[in-house]
Amino acid sequence: MRKLIQPGTSASTVAPGHAAPHDSAVGHVTGRAAYIDDLPGPADMLQLAVGLSPHAHARITRLDLDEVRRQPGVVDVITAADIPGVNEVGAVYPGDPLLAEGKVRYAGQMVFAVLADTLDNARRAVPHAAIDYAPLDAALDPVASIAAGLTVLPEHVHERPLPAPALDRGATMASDTQTSGNAPAALAHAPHVLAGEQVIGGQEHFYLEGQIAQAEALDDDGLRILTSSQHPSEVQKLVAEVLGVSLNTIVAEVRRMGGGFGGKESQAAALGALAALAAQRSGRAVRFRLPRADDMQATGKRHGFHNRYRVGFDDSGRLTGADIELIGNCGHSPDLSEGVVDRAMFHADNAYYLGDARVTGHRAMTHTVSNTAFRGFGGPQGMMPIEAAMDDIARHLGLDPLDVRKRNLYDHERCETHYGQTVDQPLIGELIETLEASSDYRARRHAITAFNATSPVIRKGLALTPVKFGISFTAQHLNQAGALLAIYTDGSVLINHGGTEMGQGLHTKVCQVVARELGLPLERVRISATRTDKVPNTSPTAASSGADLNGMAAREAAITLRERLCEFAAGWLGVPGESLSLADEALIAGERRIGWHELIQQAYMARVPLSATGFYATPEIHYDRTTGRGRPFYYYAWGAAVSEVHVDTLTGEYRVARVDILHDVGDSLNPAIDRGQVEGGFVQGMGWLTSEELKWDEAGHLLTTGPATYKIPTCGDVPRDFRVQLLEGHPNSQATLYRSKAVGEPPLMLAISVWSALRDAIASLADYRISPRLDTPATPERVLTACRALHEAEPSTAPEPDGTTADAPLAK
Amino acid sequence: MLTFTLNGRPCSFDAVAPETTALALLRGRAGACGTKEGCASGDCGACTIAIGTRNDRGGRHYHSANACITPVHQLQGQAVVTVEGLAHGDGLHPVQQAMVDQHASQCGFCTPGIVMSLFCLDHERRRRGLAGPPDDDAIEAALGGNLCRCTGYRPIRDAAKRMHTLPAAQLAPEEASGDPAPETAADSAGFHRPATRADLIERLRQHPQARLIAGGTDLMLAHTLALEPLAPLIDLSAIPELQHIDEDEAGWWIGAGVTYSRLEPLLADTHPAFLQLLERLGSRQIRNRATLSGNLANASPIGDTPPVLLALGARLRLNGIHGARELAIDDFFTGYRRTALAPGEYLEAVQLPRLQAGQRLLAWKLSKRREDDISAVMLALRTTVDDRGRLVNVRVACGGMAATPQRARRVERQLEGRVFEASTLARARAALAEDFAPIDDVRASREYRLNAAAGLLTRAFHQLNTHPAAIPMTLEEV
Repeated sequence: MRKLIQPGTSASTVAPGHAAPHDSAVGHVTGRAAYIDDLPGPADMLQLAVGLSPHAHARITRLDLDEVRRQPGVVDVITAADIPGVNEVGAVYPGDPLLAEGKVRYAGQMVFAVLADTLDNARRAVPHAAIDYAPLDAALDPVASIAAGLTVLPEHVHERPLPAPALDRGATMASDTQTSGNAPAALAHAPHVLAGEQVIGGQEHFYLEGQIAQAEALDDDGLRILTSSQHPSEVQKLVAEVLGVSLNTIVAEVRRMGGGFGGKESQAAALGALAALAAQRSGRAVRFRLPRADDMQATGKRHGFHNRYRVGFDDSGRLTGADIELIGNCGHSPDLSEGVVDRAMFHADNAYYLGDARVTGHRAMTHTVSNTAFRGFGGPQGMMPIEAAMDDIARHLGLDPLDVRKRNLYDHERCETHYGQTVDQPLIGELIETLEASSDYRARRHAITAFNATSPVIRKGLALTPVKFGISFTAQHLNQAGALLAIYTDGSVLINHGGTEMGQGLHTKVCQVVARELGLPLERVRISATRTDKVPNTSPTAASSGADLNGMAAREAAITLRERLCEFAAGWLGVPGESLSLADEALIAGERRIGWHELIQQAYMARVPLSATGFYATPEIHYDRTTGRGRPFYYYAWGAAVSEVHVDTLTGEYRVARVDILHDVGDSLNPAIDRGQVEGGFVQGMGWLTSEELKWDEAGHLLTTGPATYKIPTCGDVPRDFRVQLLEGHPNSQATLYRSKAVGEPPLMLAISVWSALRDAIASLADYRISPRLDTPATPERVLTACRALHEAEPSTAPEPDGTTADAPLAK
Repeated sequence: MLTFTLNGRPCSFDAVAPETTALALLRGRAGACGTKEGCASGDCGACTIAIGTRNDRGGRHYHSANACITPVHQLQGQAVVTVEGLAHGDGLHPVQQAMVDQHASQCGFCTPGIVMSLFCLDHERRRRGLAGPPDDDAIEAALGGNLCRCTGYRPIRDAAKRMHTLPAAQLAPEEASGDPAPETAADSAGFHRPATRADLIERLRQHPQARLIAGGTDLMLAHTLALEPLAPLIDLSAIPELQHIDEDEAGWWIGAGVTYSRLEPLLADTHPAFLQLLERLGSRQIRNRATLSGNLANASPIGDTPPVLLALGARLRLNGIHGARELAIDDFFTGYRRTALAPGEYLEAVQLPRLQAGQRLLAWKLSKRREDDISAVMLALRTTVDDRGRLVNVRVACGGMAATPQRARRVERQLEGRVFEASTLARARAALAEDFAPIDDVRASREYRLNAAAGLLTRAFHQLNTHPAAIPMTLEEV
């Protein structure tokens, strides 16, 4: 008999369900965790560089690349004409050619590719291209595009009662609407009506690891693509379509990403496809890494939005109706904009019952890079109008904005959203009460008002804002996941699932799930790279759903194996199967305890299959886009944050002095990882709303093409007083993975409190009687502009910061 | 032949191209891929390495640097530590262990750089026998040049506060090993490394068009971002005579090789306002390599130090193939990115004028982000308030407001000899718009530049006049 492998020593200390460290933590801190660019490639591996369009919109009248071909080290030059399959890498709808063909539709679009022996040689060859363009009119203003009917996808409406039937789904439609009543009538009869407008800037993902893919031929005419992608199945599919081959010849593999944030959901495919095409043509391995400036120009970002809102409310500040219009700047193609603007619409209520409401979403086409998924997926932009309105109402009525917010929260009575879903677990009222007390909101409000009354230059602001975030892909079919679990004869367990690891700790959580179901220490369970040949047809790791979906699939697989092992053991031991369980690395049979390793060896010898698949599909969700109604979300995650800012009204510079957060993750799968998501999401959201500014010139060229000009938060921007708590004692009301809740995206929107606190500080300049307009990102420049606007509108009774009107100072 | 130690192991490389960065060599020929490229421009810190130099007391001092813009030839004879060099087998370095314990990595791509920045902080604190955790200021100063997009930094800060509690294992592998080679060695083709001033002048004579490099924190970007050839390069960093800070009656002469980090202790004693500004200039990694002279010779309109030196009325010492000369800084900037330096000439030292009794220096920078950002607006003001409350010997200079760093002479005229009262301030603010016609660009609009510069004048007004101590006038005072 072949000798069975003996188990290694296992020194388990970490209990499943707790704060296990990231499965790659040691690899990260030692530099041993490898990313694609760190892998030793074959000696003859080639590198790709791309030539980008210098025009926002132009016809290509001449494309002469002969000089490029003659440059040192160049092996191949590739254009659209060289694509054997289809020249299309659009994620949902067509519109994203891999390489420009005939026309360019944004500055930064990939036009041709150079394959060379080194990356430097490939990059050096690019400028030798002789390309003539005939510039065409470029649409660069999303509002003007909507006025001109330039959209990437049709309009959509959410409305109650049901709107005029069956919206035309044709390409001329410009927007979507969701309504929950008769918004025009509600506004007409409201005691008070306020209107506002805001421009919400986009955001660069700035994953620290730039986009990258590597392709190499397999020995059987297949190709393996190593990709830094949140969606390996899509990379597989689009590579196959570009090459004109079947899906079963392509394997896409992701070990880890150096950050994703949505930027590697659809945008990674082009790199995989081009690397694959180059590898197919050259017969050699090809690596394709975008230098940072190319990455920032060529790949999509968070949608900028232009929002308009009208709200009706009573004397107490309670909403009676709202009419909200959201214009998303989609860029030149649809990409994921259907879902992004939908999600913006779904979150136009944030945590508030809007009364009779109409929400209209527009998808503007502009000749800029096609905007894409980014943590929150439109939700953050959709929440901004109603949060602005809450502050506006408070200023109008002379109330504390927190009181206005509290009066409008969803509760058990007012719990139907404007798209018809019932909010079944409205935790937000209790959550805010708790946070209001723990953050000492009222006393601080009092102190800040007193401070501002005597402070001429520095003004303080305070704001508490809530978050309600819907969890599920709004595209129903994506709410599925698969897993493959193997137990080896030494008792070690290998799990593979469809989710990808981008730092969010998904693999750690999934290992914890499997360890918990099999009664094993975490060290026994290992996860391998995500591969499309192990678990097929996977969904993107996106929409905060990674653990919800893949964790459930892995759990199913583990349960299958557990039941199989117990069934075998029942027969082996001659006891009823129901009396058996797996715990503490053993099979427990009454008083008897059989070690896991022995159990597995016995099962193997008895020819019990030791691998299983698992599958999960989220139940109950549905949404009818023709009526704008349904239950798109399985559940909601809640949170709230209190931010205090200090503003220098002379320069617009400010500091975030203190932040208190209370966030709902149901029963946490891993409190350390969840807290990391809450804090990281908050800071990323703060960057979006404060320092991260994308700028284009008048011809549509991106000016902020690197970290020298695009400023994400640094260590010193994070409040030194940063108090983060997870809400305890509220398991998910839905039957999710151990009653946990998703945590990837919702915390990003906690940062709206920073923006609201800035408005609060600025509003103090006019004794809180005016609600200042503050577009985002609220850079020092925009803050100073808002301060000056308030001074001009209504000089405060408080001392003037501008010394010109102060009393004559004392000379020193 | 380029020779240095990498994690305690001597290594040599020949035929290294002059512009080669430390990162390219590490990840390429040295096969050490733990150090990452995030931006290739010295702005993200993912490529942070530690460079060890012998200090006076025989110990080794480590400073953090961005490998992506460090010319590898400057590593000659140095002890380089990368993230691969910290752990011993399965035993993590205290910094690494603290990072794991605090859940301080998520995607992990920035982590090696953060580990190396913290290693330098930790090593320096242990070497100096400092007990307890570093404070928030020290942590922010150490990490300001390391971007993390995942964690929100809190756990990293906590790791920084816990690393001292872990046992000091063997802290750096090459501590025991001797220096592998002299810090200067024979030139590599295209990268000249003179060891004396005379040698430097000789190289300038031979290569009058050569570019001079010290920290290279701006120059190297032309290579890393645009692949421009830079050679021939003449390196100033290995000339001991340029490493001096010489004091005389008028002030201090700062040699061309003196990095900002080395300047900090002097400024702390003599020009605290300048030090505060420096804390917002670049990052720790940049300040460890960049020099005052480089900032001036680079002649960017948005350089942070020129307005301060203009306000101080600094003098400059130029030297070269036609001999030495002195120049007032007012005469140095001749146009957009142009200076009075002639071919074959170099900026040898910058004077830091001593503040006379009663003299005040105010200097502020405005940028979108506090740390590691280029200024939108700079304003520096030096004056004496006489016993009758009048401002005398006023010098005001701005950055970001014109094609060069520039004096605000009309503003100065409004202030000179006057008591700084509200009407004086109003006239000075109005004069700003006569002195400058700034432009809109990626960092700020014309309006913001003018309004914010006026705001800084108002801040100066508040600083130079008494106000109740309970009322903060700047964010730092809150």
